[in-house]
Amino acid sequence: MDIGSLIVEDNERGTFRVHRSVMTSEEILALERERIFDRCWLYIGHESELQKPGDYRRRDVAGRPLIFIRGKDGIVRVFHNSCTHWGAKVCRLDQGNAETFQCFYHAWTFNNLGQLVGIPDAAAYPRDFDRAALALKTPPKLDNYRGLYFVSFNPGVEPLLDYLAGAREYIDLILDQAETGMRVVAGTQLYTVRANWKLLATNSLDTYHAPPLHTTYFNYMAKFKGSDYETETRASALRAGGLGRSLGNGHGVGESAMGGMARPIAHWHPMFGDNAKAEIARVRARIVERFGEERAWRMCDTFRLFLIYPNFVFHDVMAITIRYFEPVAPDAVRITVYALAPNEESKEQLDLRLNNFVSFLGPGGFAHPDDLEAIESCQDSFRSREVEWSDFSRGLRRDPELMDELPIRAFWRQWHAQIMGHQKAARVDDLPLAGNGRALAAK
Amino acid sequence: MANEGNGRTSGTITPELEREVERFITMEAALLDEWRLEEWLELFTDDARYWVPATDLPEGRAGETLGLIDDDIVRIRARVERLLSRHAHAEYPWSRTRRLVTNMRITGLDGDEIRASASFLVYRIRNRHVDPYIGHYEYVFRRTGGELKIRSRTAILDLEVLDPNATVSFIL
Repeated sequence: MDIGSLIVEDNERGTFRVHRSVMTSEEILALERERIFDRCWLYIGHESELQKPGDYRRRDVAGRPLIFIRGKDGIVRVFHNSCTHWGAKVCRLDQGNAETFQCFYHAWTFNNLGQLVGIPDAAAYPRDFDRAALALKTPPKLDNYRGLYFVSFNPGVEPLLDYLAGAREYIDLILDQAETGMRVVAGTQLYTVRANWKLLATNSLDTYHAPPLHTTYFNYMAKFKGSDYETETRASALRAGGLGRSLGNGHGVGESAMGGMARPIAHWHPMFGDNAKAEIARVRARIVERFGEERAWRMCDTFRLFLIYPNFVFHDVMAITIRYFEPVAPDAVRITVYALAPNEESKEQLDLRLNNFVSFLGPGGFAHPDDLEAIESCQDSFRSREVEWSDFSRGLRRDPELMDELPIRAFWRQWHAQIMGHQKAARVDDLPLAGNGRALAAK
Repeated sequence: MANEGNGRTSGTITPELEREVERFITMEAALLDEWRLEEWLELFTDDARYWVPATDLPEGRAGETLGLIDDDIVRIRARVERLLSRHAHAEYPWSRTRRLVTNMRITGLDGDEIRASASFLVYRIRNRHVDPYIGHYEYVFRRTGGELKIRSRTAILDLEVLDPNATVSFIL
């Protein structure tokens, strides 16, 4: 396999194509594990999930069973959930609070700082037996940006802030919606889809599919008639004023005006009912007070589909969703989704938020199951190996618009560079328009 | 989750009532397996709710926790309309389903409301895959004009993860 030719970009012809073997090959998946998942920063959890010292959550990241925990000193750490003696999992519940973890196999005991504090029959070991070396093992890197924690298994990974690059602006735009911080709402959508993980990553950034694929959702939303709600048509809502952007390092975003859709912060739609109007107006006024009219408009009246490379998606649409995923096979991806909500949000608003969330999103929504059907359908059709390429050319030779595949190309360019063994792509962005028409070869 | 013993029940659980509830639940399963969704809609009250909590939080409550499905009657009707259209792509063509609903019991009586639970094993067969959905239902029925109607229908999955089911795109 010539990995250099898996992506072919031809600016003169305005084409960008990805060889479909990257979605089916075990060899590629092995390279992805080694060169992407073992080298990038990967999301592990949010600070609100660890409120008190001793609070923990079990998390699988890049195939490793980990413990995400706040120690008795208040510091957040991550441990491999593997006893340093023979290896049984020291933490047996998905979440909880613990001062210590006693391995059920031979009863070695670790405190919530990871230190080995108890060995039964200690006299069987030499007096100078190095217990410090037998602390629970930690991944080499852990850092957070505004309470979003990321780990890396790469000791030489660049600092998190540098890695996030332009994605920080969008994280801020989302997290600033809360005045007293965000919290993860209880209840997690956990599902596995029979498709390659990159089909989900690219779907998560794609808006081109919305009108044909999600008709039933827009039809549902159009049922609600509001007393003084000026409905925008679905076409203009989806097409007007939107933009897809590359944010560096493979991160990308699609951002557009909300229209025909509801947002708890803070875009009223008749689906919320007249009773919710006053509260939404109050929330919006407070955001205007804090950030001014222009930024408030962006926070309240626009939505974002936002991917932090390689596998973390913020959907700031009907609600704020955190979605992260990882491959379990070339044709299977395991997905975890939860909702973020402002700590100060009223009970009624939270109800609207969560209800609005599942109207569209998740395994039982009116839209997301159709996304999953689409990517499973792609995956299954890849059995026709003679159809070799998928096309991601949309908008390659014009000023970017919302439905263009620009941020998706940025994902692919970073992916391709990493698969070839580079730390990052020399160029993730489309060439400037002025460059078109010249014989600029793909890098 | 059963709420017998809360001291608020009124009336008596008679064998006739048990048979009526069992017949209702069995008939509902048949309507769903046969995709007679318009008829299925007739089973609900106008204030009905259909709730499927998250698999990691089976005790999760609608409005307070994130679930998989949180439908009021407007959305239940829209869900049926969606499924009967050709644009619910995840259900075009329709899944075959086969529901084994058993261990039915009345768990409480409260005024004109009857609470009941039942275990389910729903097989979804689609695209040459057979995906089992394992769990139990919690119903609240209300008697209106002599007829039982569903006021609340909760499908609680025992699955830890929808793996490899991926979706709850049909009516569970």
